[in-house]
Amino acid sequence: MTQKITPKLDTKNNMQFTEQILESFGTLKLNKMRTGLAVLGIVIGIGSVIALVSLGQSSQQSITSQIQSLGSNLLTISPMRGNSGMVRTSGGGTTLTNADATAIKTSTKITTVKTVSPEYTGRLQVVTGKNNTNTSIIGATSTYMAVHNVTLSSGAFISDKDVSSTARVAVLGPTTVVDLFGENVDPIGQSIRIGLQNFTIIGITKSKGGSGLGSQDDCVYVPLTTAQKLLFGAKHLSSIAIEANSAELMDEARNEIGFLLLDRHNLSDPSKADFTIMSQNDILSTASSVTGTFTSLLTGIAAISLLVGGIGIMNIMLVTVTERTREIGLRKALGAKKKTIITQFLTESVILTFIGGILGIFLGIIASLIYSKINSSTFYISPISIILAFVVSAAIGILFGWYPARRAASLQPIEALRYE
Amino acid sequence: MTNAIIEVTNLSKIYKTDILETTALDNVSFKINRGEFVAIMGPSGSGKSTLMHILGALDKPTKGIYILDGENVEKLNDDELSDIRNRKIGFIFQAFNLLPRTTCLKNVMLPMVYGSVSKEKREKKAKKLLTMVGLSDRMLHTSNQISGGQQQRVAIARSLAMDPALILADEPTGNIASIQAEEIMNIFQDLNDKGHTVVMITHELDIAEHAKRIIQIKDGKIVSDTKNHTQTRHKK
Repeated sequence: MTQKITPKLDTKNNMQFTEQILESFGTLKLNKMRTGLAVLGIVIGIGSVIALVSLGQSSQQSITSQIQSLGSNLLTISPMRGNSGMVRTSGGGTTLTNADATAIKTSTKITTVKTVSPEYTGRLQVVTGKNNTNTSIIGATSTYMAVHNVTLSSGAFISDKDVSSTARVAVLGPTTVVDLFGENVDPIGQSIRIGLQNFTIIGITKSKGGSGLGSQDDCVYVPLTTAQKLLFGAKHLSSIAIEANSAELMDEARNEIGFLLLDRHNLSDPSKADFTIMSQNDILSTASSVTGTFTSLLTGIAAISLLVGGIGIMNIMLVTVTERTREIGLRKALGAKKKTIITQFLTESVILTFIGGILGIFLGIIASLIYSKINSSTFYISPISIILAFVVSAAIGILFGWYPARRAASLQPIEALRYE
Repeated sequence: MTNAIIEVTNLSKIYKTDILETTALDNVSFKINRGEFVAIMGPSGSGKSTLMHILGALDKPTKGIYILDGENVEKLNDDELSDIRNRKIGFIFQAFNLLPRTTCLKNVMLPMVYGSVSKEKREKKAKKLLTMVGLSDRMLHTSNQISGGQQQRVAIARSLAMDPALILADEPTGNIASIQAEEIMNIFQDLNDKGHTVVMITHELDIAEHAKRIIQIKDGKIVSDTKNHTQTRHKK
């Protein structure tokens, strides 16, 4: 008589699903070192991608918001060092003068300009009794505040009288105050030395946010005439900031000013102009193209770290499964079917990548949060970076958990048992 | 119903590499009946391990027919072979092959996990079997916390988990001390007394003499097949 073997389950998998998950957790717990390393690889792979992308995007956002806080309806006239062939270099020229600013203010040809702020900016060492800092010194007039959206937290700004009398008074940005006097000190009335001159502090501006070079919080305002005559010995202006009557009149204002200045500088050909007029939108688009480059750089780095993380995951998965070929052979000898083995290893890989993935996301978010706290920049997490990092790492983890397991499960059990 | 558990006819196994053809088994035929205790003996390289792997459905013969408990093994696919191994064969390996860092209880339960036995039944059966091999106080020890002899006893308990038709032992005493080896042989004899069919591979004569029948293999061929009338027995 022939006795037919009839398996109880029709499916090729001879193990219950919930049981499989419990079994996988058990196996992962047994080998803490191996599990820990695999999870670590995934955590770092995912975490670094999220942190890098977030870093790039928060920098971009903070630059954009910083530019927008510069002022509304703002046009900035900068001198040019001159024209050499096709190359136009901006900044550093001496072609803008106080008279140009006065002309823009007073000319009957100019109808669209609300406020004119002639400025001279340079960097000098600022010293108090024990502290000193190198910061930007802005020679300003009373119109500066209105044009640049600067507000005071205490004291007064530079007045017309201060400008006409070449007064030795200074208004400090909040960062400079902290640099020179520390936290929670009211420096108004105190004296600081800028270059070789002593100045009395008359006011402090409110923080506008932003960081690094060009922060509007890290500067010292002095009367324009004082900056030109006493500090820098200059007769020209480094820029003229102009507030147009409205946003719609920006282009018209730019044209009016352009022709006036060409006329005043005795230039007939606009392409030979010794100055440039930039609107806030120009600066914004330049800056965003710069930050765009920055972001694509960071994305490149993120892609590489994703790749490196992926290879790390791949490695540990391959090693883990290969190391367990004998175990696979034994399980098959005891009756595990091919699909049961594959499902077991797949379940383990899925659990590993999910635990690692979730930890990695937390790590990435925490790293970005710390970065934004340190740099007082906007905290921003891109959901796409989370999804991308997670999906890629999970796919790699699962693929390289599954593939060698499938290979081992396809071996004759005796070959797997003999595997060294 | 025939009384044969194992029926092997003209079985050959040839290993091929690029340059060499090695005949590990050459036209072997024999029968093992229910309730027998057979030792397959031979020097290393005689083909006894190859025979063992084929009898255990771990490997397939190149030629010949193998009928295990009424089932023609040759015609089965990979998964059906897993099923056969699970239900009909209890393995005992020379290197014990327990899952490392896993408790004795779980090791014994493993074949039942693949045999779709319910969790309560599994645990009950595993405890019963471990008690039977004298390890009731080691159930929750992991396999690397116990001695070689104890590990082999766990492996014996595991081999019995699915009530197999055949217990197949490959050099079961090869890795353990001789005093413990005697204990293992006692267990085999007890099992055989209870009606289990035991096939054991060994190269040691004093171990083989615990069996009721000894098959000698040399160069892939059976050279002798005799009843062992002087079976070594240790009565407690």
